Amino acid sequence: MYDLIIIGGGPAGLAAANSAWENGLRKILIVERDREPGGILNQCIHNGFGLHRFKEELTGPEYAGRFISMVGNTGVEIMTDTMVLEINKEHEVHVISAAEGYRVLKAKSIVLAMGCRERTRGAIAIPGDRPAGVFTAGSAQRYLNMEGYMVGKRVIILGSGDIGLIMARRMTLEGARVLACVEVMPYSGGLMRNIVQCLQDWNIPLYLSHTITDIRAENGRVSHVTVMRVDESRNPVPGTEMEFDCDTVLLSVGLIPENELTRSAGIEMDPRTNGAVVYENMETSAPGIFACGNVVHVHDLVDYVSAESERAGAAAAKYVLDNPCDDPFISVRAGSDIGYTVPMKIRVNRVDKAADVFFRVRRVFRSSVIEVSANGETLFTFKRDHMAPGEMEHILLPRKVLDAAAGKDITVSAREAE
Amino acid sequence: MKELVCIVCPRGCRLKVDEENGYAVTGNTCPRGAEYGRNEIYSPTRVLTSTVRISGALYPRCPVKTDKAVPKALLLEIMRVLNSVSLASPVKAGTVVLENVDGNGANVIVTKDL
Repeated sequence: MYDLIIIGGGPAGLAAANSAWENGLRKILIVERDREPGGILNQCIHNGFGLHRFKEELTGPEYAGRFISMVGNTGVEIMTDTMVLEINKEHEVHVISAAEGYRVLKAKSIVLAMGCRERTRGAIAIPGDRPAGVFTAGSAQRYLNMEGYMVGKRVIILGSGDIGLIMARRMTLEGARVLACVEVMPYSGGLMRNIVQCLQDWNIPLYLSHTITDIRAENGRVSHVTVMRVDESRNPVPGTEMEFDCDTVLLSVGLIPENELTRSAGIEMDPRTNGAVVYENMETSAPGIFACGNVVHVHDLVDYVSAESERAGAAAAKYVLDNPCDDPFISVRAGSDIGYTVPMKIRVNRVDKAADVFFRVRRVFRSSVIEVSANGETLFTFKRDHMAPGEMEHILLPRKVLDAAAGKDITVSAREAE
Repeated sequence: MKELVCIVCPRGCRLKVDEENGYAVTGNTCPRGAEYGRNEIYSPTRVLTSTVRISGALYPRCPVKTDKAVPKALLLEIMRVLNSVSLASPVKAGTVVLENVDGNGANVIVTKDL
């Protein structure tokens, strides 16, 4: 019987393991399906990680390396090349591997840290041929940075998420011609710094409010792509067609938390995040099962994944070592122009000084105010100079504000500053 | 006055750089932002990250980076030089694979134990 089984050995799983160890658990297992721990950071060879966490700018492998060596200094066990098939509310974990076959492992607690996966061409239904040469940006990144394959020479990138932007620069550095980055929304889905250093540095045009309306093939490989401008309701505008000669299309059109295990265990899900509904300590609706990182909601910065996962690891330790109790909770509601919040529920008397609340806004704001209210009454406000859907926001809700809600649900909303 | 977005960290501060006033930077929230704003107008630099060949490791490519920012104009030249580098496992993060690639002391180093 393990104290804690963590599913996924990426940044979330590693940070949760380390924190659970520091908080007193000793029988901890990480189950990882890849050949090595580190998760997606292993292919993110660019820098920009760790500025919050380590106060320096690291590459993905360096950031992962820090946590791998921290965990290496504990007694945490890491099982690689092992796939989890199923979990349940009795904390049983069904695993399979070539080396050990099929086994059922038992634990006192579980942390879900499976991360997310890329939205594919099928998920966004681009018309046209179905040739070779269409990749998700992340799989192209793995081919190039780890396996050593260049996936194309003349590239169009659909979507301006961070991975697409990073790949625009990466393909350019390796000698490809990136013809355009095409984004259906009127704003970029990626971080501003990536627009600057990945597109502007290399004179790659960014077409906002545009999309790919046709992909054509010659000899089974992408040969032409049609790009059109879209109107406010995202319908292509006739007469705005642009033709590109290219051999490759990279898709950077969003990430989906990978929650098959969570769903099949009957854990309550949030339709907005596609992740589990979580409490302030990252516990799901199933007692003793916690979730953290991109499997809960897609983060921009791994630093925040680590911080969130450390809270989940510490909470798992507390669950195992103390008697779990059933405290009353209040809900956190997403008000005007807020897409979602994490957590969705707060057990106020479990909050020490303040509760971390993460969210995304639905549109771009300049000078603005984030308002926390209960029963129509404003409890607290936070000022922001700039907010965008591509940049996750974070507020620290002081305990006294939560107490002031007096058991009523709270609402987080955003508006322009007066 | 030039307007820039700071790329030192993911925060993306909106900077203003006053070229007529000793490249005075406003809008930054940390000293690194002020330095970036000045340099970006004066002589833009970037940290270069890429991969080199490696044999005997889990994967055939090993990630590397320049250990400090190098002039933007040199990036493609350094990429060409990296094509000739081939490592043999094991290597440790921090190992220097190319010295002084910018003529100003920047080295290319390994970023992963492989």
